[in-house]
Amino acid sequence: MLRIQNLQAGIEGREILKGINLDIKPGEVHAIMGPNGSGKSTLASVLAGKQDYTVTGGSVEFYGKDLLELAPEERAGEGLFLGFQYPVEIPGLSTTNFIKTAVNEVRKYRGQEALDAVSFLKLMKEKMALMEMDQTMLSRSLNEGFSGGEKKRNEIFQMAMLQPKLAILDETDSGLDIDAIRVVAGGVNKLRSSENAVLAITHYQRLLDYLVPDFVHVLYNGRIVKSGTKELALELEERGYDFIKNEMHQAEAVS
Amino acid sequence: MDDKMSSIEEQVLSEYKYGFVTDIEADEAPKGLDESTVRFISAKKNEPDWMLQWRLKAFQQFLKMKEPDWANINYPPIDYQDIKYYSAPKQKKTVASLDEIDPELRATFEKLGISLNEQKRLSGVAIDAVIDSVSIATTFKDQLAEQGIIFCSISEAIREHPELIQKYLGSVVPATDNYFAALNAAVFSDGSFCYIPTGVRCPMELSTYFRINAEGTGQFERTLIVAEPGSYVSYLEGCTAPMRDENQLHAAVVELIAQDNAEIKYSTVQNWYPGDKDGKGGIYNFVTKRGICGERAKISWTQVETGSSITWKYPSVILKGDYSIGEFYSIAVTNNKQQADTGTKMMHVGKNTRSRIVSKGISAGYSNNSYRGLVSVNRRATNARNFSQCDSLLLGDKCGAHTFPYIEVKNNSSVVEHEATTSKVGEDQIFYCNQRGMDTETAVALIISGFAKEVMNQLPMEFAVEAQKLLAISLEGSVG
Repeated sequence: MLRIQNLQAGIEGREILKGINLDIKPGEVHAIMGPNGSGKSTLASVLAGKQDYTVTGGSVEFYGKDLLELAPEERAGEGLFLGFQYPVEIPGLSTTNFIKTAVNEVRKYRGQEALDAVSFLKLMKEKMALMEMDQTMLSRSLNEGFSGGEKKRNEIFQMAMLQPKLAILDETDSGLDIDAIRVVAGGVNKLRSSENAVLAITHYQRLLDYLVPDFVHVLYNGRIVKSGTKELALELEERGYDFIKNEMHQAEAVS
Repeated sequence: MDDKMSSIEEQVLSEYKYGFVTDIEADEAPKGLDESTVRFISAKKNEPDWMLQWRLKAFQQFLKMKEPDWANINYPPIDYQDIKYYSAPKQKKTVASLDEIDPELRATFEKLGISLNEQKRLSGVAIDAVIDSVSIATTFKDQLAEQGIIFCSISEAIREHPELIQKYLGSVVPATDNYFAALNAAVFSDGSFCYIPTGVRCPMELSTYFRINAEGTGQFERTLIVAEPGSYVSYLEGCTAPMRDENQLHAAVVELIAQDNAEIKYSTVQNWYPGDKDGKGGIYNFVTKRGICGERAKISWTQVETGSSITWKYPSVILKGDYSIGEFYSIAVTNNKQQADTGTKMMHVGKNTRSRIVSKGISAGYSNNSYRGLVSVNRRATNARNFSQCDSLLLGDKCGAHTFPYIEVKNNSSVVEHEATTSKVGEDQIFYCNQRGMDTETAVALIISGFAKEVMNQLPMEFAVEAQKLLAISLEGSVG
């Protein structure tokens, strides 16, 4: 569904992604790991279409469409979802109102009719139960005064409501305690199917205990330098990112 | 950035859907202002002599007064001799029923989404429609009269209910209160009058719709609402004007009298033509609105100000009676080169009086938006309480938001609180919404609606929907 080829991108003239190649197929869970500053969040932002970043080379295909040509809201309409590392707050706007607008805008993009109040409520109740969410959370202003755990749970709730084909989760585990990670990862697991895929960006292995990846990629200095299965994540956990750095430097020295 | 701004502004401009002109023959006064203008208007209205004398006195005072210059607004001097002070759509005779109204006029109001037909009964709103200088029609008069409620044009009230007018007109906003109020007192040509007798709860929303149509005219309307002890009324006011290159002057006066235990809720959606992207044209809106509360009475002002090139307006409450309550909820939106200097005055005179101010200013384009408010607590006003909250939201980096809160407290037992915030619509907020499938217009509308929610909640239901749309339209495209 997603094919990234030699993707290069940067911000304010500084190159961050230096040629990313990645293929994701329906039903797969991919994890991208890497030390701070390696370009993980940049990759997520570029895929979602954040304007601050400039793509300088390469291509991204999403179900045969040129993703980079699409506006952020069109990408969402096509079925791409980004779970934010830092979900923003919108004072005065209820979470319900926000997600209702989102669901109906996406439906409009897909040529579907807007959900009426009854079907919307039904869908919302179902997904709330899935995320073990409290009704009161939805009437509060979007993310305002939410704890770290509540914000992330709200992200996955939105994912459940929008039913994307590809969910990119940008450090969804950051700032969460173990219980919260379990709930959030549990939610994602319940949403998995043979039709959709997950790209989980994380710093630590512990998320992957609950959200088991089919593939693990190590991003370092703007490139995917190593790919493997879930065992790679465990190895990283044990040995730290230094072993990757060392391998890289040795390789550079040899060449 | 500049290119982007201009295309955005075009879009905003194109959205002023009330900018049409209706081709109606008008009965007009020649341009210019002197004593004969005042006499002309009074004669046109068949007014009794006391009314003429009242006007003339106001006019004499007006001549001695100076136009105020303390507000945070800039405009070229107004030539008061270059304005027509009276313009009335020509109608063959006084209309006995709504069916006899000029079809052109009727069409105008239909276009504005205001139906003067009896079908309005379903939504339970009685309407007085004022075009240029005169009231065209008032609906539901008979039904209201059954409960002793008077709802009619002020011209009619001057003729039919002189005792009430003589007692209350100018009792809250004296003819000489300020420059624009004095001008209004001298030349006002129509407006609405409403009277709710003791203990009556007005069964429907009363509404006046103001429309400026004729070229080169000013509109000077006067509204007077008297709520006798224990009564309740909710009143709505809406206004629009055609798009014209010239600036047109609107100087209105609104007086509210809430006697003991009475409650008046006054809501305004002001959507006068705001001028084009360069600030050309638009209405100069200089309005004096004030209410007075008896014991345990309550006056609540809610305003959504999106139009006018200049807004100068401070709906106020004199909290004279003990335990009386004053409220002011405001959303003021400025875009392009609009300027707004608006706020309120809460004057605590009685004991245990309370007031609440919630002001939300939204600025975009090159506009300037100021909140100016006064909370005064008299020596005798024991245990007075005030809470003020002024929030400003900026769209873009070329607009301004200003807050001028004045607080005068002369009683130690009072509690006055003031909170203020200024924020910008963040790129991050917009991107977040984009990522959830919303385009930027939708995102901005949603963020604004959140910001304005507290005030919107105060509006009567059917008005709130309209106001919400208006907000979105006024700001469409103001974030690039």
